[in-house]
Amino acid sequence: MAAMNSLTALQRFHAYANPARFMALSARLVAPLWILSVLVIGAGLWFALFDSPPDYQQGETVRIMYVHVPSAWLAMFGYGVMAFASAVGLVFRHPLSDVCAKSAAPIGAGFTFLALLTGSLWGQPMWGTWWEWDARMTSVLILFFLYLGYIALWATIEEPVRAARAAAVLALVGAINIPIIRYSVVWWNTLHQPASVFRMDGPSIAPAMLLPLGLMGVGFTLLFITLLLVRMRAEVMRRRVRNLRLATAGAAAEG
Amino acid sequence: MMRAFLALLARDLRLAVRLGGGGGMAVFFFLIVISLLPLGIGPDRALLAKVAPGMLWVALLLAALLTLDRLFQADYEDGSLDLLTMGALPLELIVVAKALGHWLTTGLPLVVAAPLLGVLLNLPGEAYPPMMAAMLIGTPALSFLGAIGAALTVGIRRGGLLASLLVLPFYIPVLIFGVGAADATAGGFSGEAGRQSLALLGAVALASLVLGPLGGAAALRANLR
Repeated sequence: MAAMNSLTALQRFHAYANPARFMALSARLVAPLWILSVLVIGAGLWFALFDSPPDYQQGETVRIMYVHVPSAWLAMFGYGVMAFASAVGLVFRHPLSDVCAKSAAPIGAGFTFLALLTGSLWGQPMWGTWWEWDARMTSVLILFFLYLGYIALWATIEEPVRAARAAAVLALVGAINIPIIRYSVVWWNTLHQPASVFRMDGPSIAPAMLLPLGLMGVGFTLLFITLLLVRMRAEVMRRRVRNLRLATAGAAAEG
Repeated sequence: MMRAFLALLARDLRLAVRLGGGGGMAVFFFLIVISLLPLGIGPDRALLAKVAPGMLWVALLLAALLTLDRLFQADYEDGSLDLLTMGALPLELIVVAKALGHWLTTGLPLVVAAPLLGVLLNLPGEAYPPMMAAMLIGTPALSFLGAIGAALTVGIRRGGLLASLLVLPFYIPVLIFGVGAADATAGGFSGEAGRQSLALLGAVALASLVLGPLGGAAALRANLR
């Protein structure tokens, strides 16, 4: 391990691409990460639900925001992780990066769904409707579709290397398109409905609310990383099982 | 290289004309969907005129989607796609030729059919020129973005449905700006918002002319190896 210190950053980057090393390292990280996420989310929930004031406009419903805002943040962060891992996979042929991109997609989709669900639950008492074709909500819904398409592409192509390449192209095309889609939705929204809906960027956040929001944000990010590691480990093992099965089948066919 | 490009384009056009089933079927589908609409929402002429631009665009998107799987699938199955990749033409230009052929045989007939269907939906007269302009600008984007989806799903069984699911989110800007140009509230050519929509639609189309060949070629490389 002493030799590790003399490695350049790039070499170290490649050193962790070794799945065996990744498995050894992540095996030690998973348990502490679980404990840490549970603790931080637990503390965040306590502040969010009991030890923070109700909003002077929104009342108690503001507490939904402590789940909603971090989910929405992770919905975008998840796509970022996926697109970055896809780019690394396409350029460097990093064996773990497509495992990472594949594992990040369902987690990101889950947080996107959570953001849509909590937004809808919050919208009912605040706007009086479960769904509003508001620019934000519409673009998050489209982000959800992009996640689903990506997952569907992985599920359809059987051979992992080919699936990884195709999915990486899709993730990158999506990453380029997201700003365009987002802009067009905002344009569409302003064209069709003048600013009548409630705007989020009204009053700035009170410090008493910033604490639970920050804790939940950190906690959700930790949870994302934990789930990502767990899913990546499962995916590496799944591929090993697949290779073993193929080898056994090949040996049986020959013998 | 130019000769190879033109030869490929001419081959695709000839195939589309002689085999049929491409553009003609898409136009037929377009017609049927538009005829279903008044049956669904009632024959109220004012209401139909109001929803006409949006419905024409949505039906056009669906009709264009239906023909996407013909873009590479047939060539993949009979092996000519493998031959093409070994030829003089870079993969990106192959995608350009294919998408251009798709537009000429599917996008263009749909645009020509659109005003007739507009009559069925009681589209107001002043909306025709901006809508036609928007469709002429926007449909190439559908073919070029669609090429990415078709290339991603080449060689997959029942890939057509998957290609539609992958491509539809990318069609959203075309839909929004396309309808924006023809919408009565935007004022068409004379209104500020209508002109802006047309300009933005042009920008989206130009961007997709770049993104489509690059993404499509990368996807083909992933799938053909």
